[in-house]
Amino acid sequence: MGNTILEMKNITKTFPGVKALDNVNFKVEEGEIHALVGENGAGKSTLMNVLSGIYPYGTYEGDIVYKGEVCQFHKIKDSEEKGIVIIHQELALVPQMTIGENMFLGNERGTKNAINWNETYSEADKYLKMVGLSESSHVLIKDIGTGKQQLVEIAKALAKNAQLLILDEPTSSLNETDSRALLDLMLEFKKKGMTMIIITHKLNEVVYVADKITVVRDGSTVETLDCAKDDVNEERIIKGMVGREITDRFPKRHDVKIGEVNMEVKDWTVHHPLYTERVVVDHVNFNVKKGEVVGIYGLMGAGRTELAMSMFGKSYGTDITGTMTINGKEVNLKSPREAINEKLAYVTEDRKGNGLVLGKSIKVNTSLANMDGVSERGVIDTDREYNIAVQYKDLLKTKTPTVEQSVGNLSGGNQQKVLLAKWMFTDPDVLILDEPTRGIDVGAKYEIYCIINDLVAAGKSVVMISSELPETIGMSDRIYIMNEGKFIGEMPASEATQENIMAAIIQSTGGGEKA
Amino acid sequence: MASKYIDILKKNAMLIVLVLVYLFFTIMTSGQMFQAMNFNALITQNAYVFILATGMLMCMLTGGNIDLSCGSFVCFLGSVGAVMMAVKGMGTGVSIALMLLIGVIYGCVLGFLIAYVNVPPWIATLAGFLAFRGLGTAILSDNSTTGSVSLSNNEGYMALFSGKLFSTPVGQMNMICLIAGIVAAAIVVILNFSTRARKLKKGYEADSLVSVIVKSVLAVAAILLFAYKLALSGGIPVVLVWVVVIILIYSFITSKTTMGRYFYTIGDNAETTRLSGVDTKLIMFLAYLNMAVLTAITTFIVTSRFQAANSTAGTCYEMDAIAACVVGGVSAYGGSGTIFGMVVGATLIGVINLGMSLMGVNADWQKIVKGLVLLAAVVFDILAAKKNATK
Repeated sequence: MGNTILEMKNITKTFPGVKALDNVNFKVEEGEIHALVGENGAGKSTLMNVLSGIYPYGTYEGDIVYKGEVCQFHKIKDSEEKGIVIIHQELALVPQMTIGENMFLGNERGTKNAINWNETYSEADKYLKMVGLSESSHVLIKDIGTGKQQLVEIAKALAKNAQLLILDEPTSSLNETDSRALLDLMLEFKKKGMTMIIITHKLNEVVYVADKITVVRDGSTVETLDCAKDDVNEERIIKGMVGREITDRFPKRHDVKIGEVNMEVKDWTVHHPLYTERVVVDHVNFNVKKGEVVGIYGLMGAGRTELAMSMFGKSYGTDITGTMTINGKEVNLKSPREAINEKLAYVTEDRKGNGLVLGKSIKVNTSLANMDGVSERGVIDTDREYNIAVQYKDLLKTKTPTVEQSVGNLSGGNQQKVLLAKWMFTDPDVLILDEPTRGIDVGAKYEIYCIINDLVAAGKSVVMISSELPETIGMSDRIYIMNEGKFIGEMPASEATQENIMAAIIQSTGGGEKA
Repeated sequence: MASKYIDILKKNAMLIVLVLVYLFFTIMTSGQMFQAMNFNALITQNAYVFILATGMLMCMLTGGNIDLSCGSFVCFLGSVGAVMMAVKGMGTGVSIALMLLIGVIYGCVLGFLIAYVNVPPWIATLAGFLAFRGLGTAILSDNSTTGSVSLSNNEGYMALFSGKLFSTPVGQMNMICLIAGIVAAAIVVILNFSTRARKLKKGYEADSLVSVIVKSVLAVAAILLFAYKLALSGGIPVVLVWVVVIILIYSFITSKTTMGRYFYTIGDNAETTRLSGVDTKLIMFLAYLNMAVLTAITTFIVTSRFQAANSTAGTCYEMDAIAACVVGGVSAYGGSGTIFGMVVGATLIGVINLGMSLMGVNADWQKIVKGLVLLAAVVFDILAAKKNATK
């Protein structure tokens, strides 16, 4: 270490009306893993887009000095030729193509007019080995899991002769085991002399891999922490990110009385919609009481979302058996509408995919699940609809000039608030929140937690599905642990620790490959 | 301030284009376009576009879905109706009811296939496009030697779907038409001002007084001009009543009802809408059932205007309807578009058709021009959306 490989000097980038980056200085030394952290919208991705030439030379001010020379990148190809390769958060792989085809997409092996397939696949296999994948490069991308896809992305970057690798949220869609494997791979590359920049929201990962941490806030770099010298921990990083000390990441609940059982599920079993012999949810029993937050923790693929959706009016799966009781009454919900009528709400995991109608306004989204509440015999009362949207906007402190704003223009945290508003307006007794804080920044998370506390204070029941352990432990009264479709443990949050939850999962995986 | 005017211009771009195109043809035809009888022609010749495009709009809203079969279905249903009335001698009322029933049955089958069996709409309707043209032609050739069955003797049918209300000779002023125009204009003005007053009273954002006045003056001018010209051309065409009633009903459905709202949200995100407790399959079903019913009404109007059913009736009608929607700003991907926009789009296409016919442009060139207009409208739409996104 010691040689500066990259220096970005006084970078300023303005979009019409906003200064996204303001005089940013950023220095990376050869052979280190440098973490770039900051809240959403702080400017991390913009900075990396400037570096990789997505925002071409001339659209920003300042200099990029790479290996001692000032660079002018006009397009991504320019920076890639120098060995700067960026792996974006959204995987850029074509599902219907093989690993090998994907790896050399745009970088094909062979002559100008003909692809040499033998060379393609043998080289692909070589790079796959380097990232520790045993799959053949002839396998289609759609047939491997997200964790492996992420590794293919890295192999693809290696194939481009990467010397400076930029990973933008590489673990955002990976479970804990796959994430850990990826981070270990990074550490291994470091030993071989590769320089890496990682952008991530997961601070435990930062602490685990990074040599240096640069904190970005409101378009400027606030500080660079050196893990070798400074005493770096998660609290310290958060302080830099939000500019103030967050004493408690999880707001306390005061005087919330936990009452009688509000919803109970017994022997709930769900089969896969296509491969009908496969059991996705296996004889699950659980309950949630009034005023209680119940956490369901599990790794990705444990069947949590499938459980929630199958409960919500059989929105997922086939051959669903088991009983469900809400408020002491056994119910058989055959559609989302019946579930809503029985005062059950399912706040979906994927805000963009199935939670919100992005092209429509906050107003339209707020009323969507309860149009009866804003209409008379099918005719919309526009005044009432508007007022209700405003009411929820104020209640949840959604940051927007007007409720006519289209939801697609809001930040993740504000979108999540609109999604919550939509379901709160259906006046549910039980809310299932699926990953309620995924991809939103620390400040917005805190606000979402406060909303959850307000909900249970009003006597509602909340079932919170999460793959973040600290959040599950910090917010729940009781925790159920789910693995491979089964509930394998239940414990009060007071007894839960990250260690004993992970241990329970590893034990139940029963000689699983990675355990 | 300047940007505010640019915004207004942008929002009403198609309307402005419509006026410019109209002026262009008026000049090119040395004023022929402005004659009373051509105002009448604009409505009677294009009534089918307005009605089919209304149904097409509802389909397109659900996600860019289209109905390719409506033109052929007009031909088929027209020939069935003509045979019932002119060959079998059945009563007009009974025949109309049966034709409607056939339309409903087709709509149910189509809606079922698309919504519940998940047949892609363009394939399901492509089948209809082929089959109904063949079926219609076969029925006509079985029942006549000329491939056409005349309906000109059926006066009741004609009166119901074509002709004039309280008809007067051309050139003479039809007072009822004029009064109807004045009443319509008055209603528009009252609505504009009362909406603004209501909004202000409740403390909502409302248009400025100037813009309401400008809007009202323009609307009144347009309505009175139409009323005056129609009064000189013999009175209100019956089809205008059909078109106006249908447009008003669907304006209301799309903007004011929960059902209408679902059409939009499904087009934008069907899964979200489904998980919000909406029966999305039912909405898809209704979109195509509705389309078939409106196609049946179109059939009445078309057979009545031509006073016959023939095997070429309804050719390319589906394309005209889609074009009207797209030119009128209805998204080809679903989720956005208004009845008003569609009306402007349909009128624009109607004006281009009529203008070129009056200029004596040959049919081939007419098609070329229409194709280019359609392409231009879509490109404009995409560019405008991009501009908005980068703002």
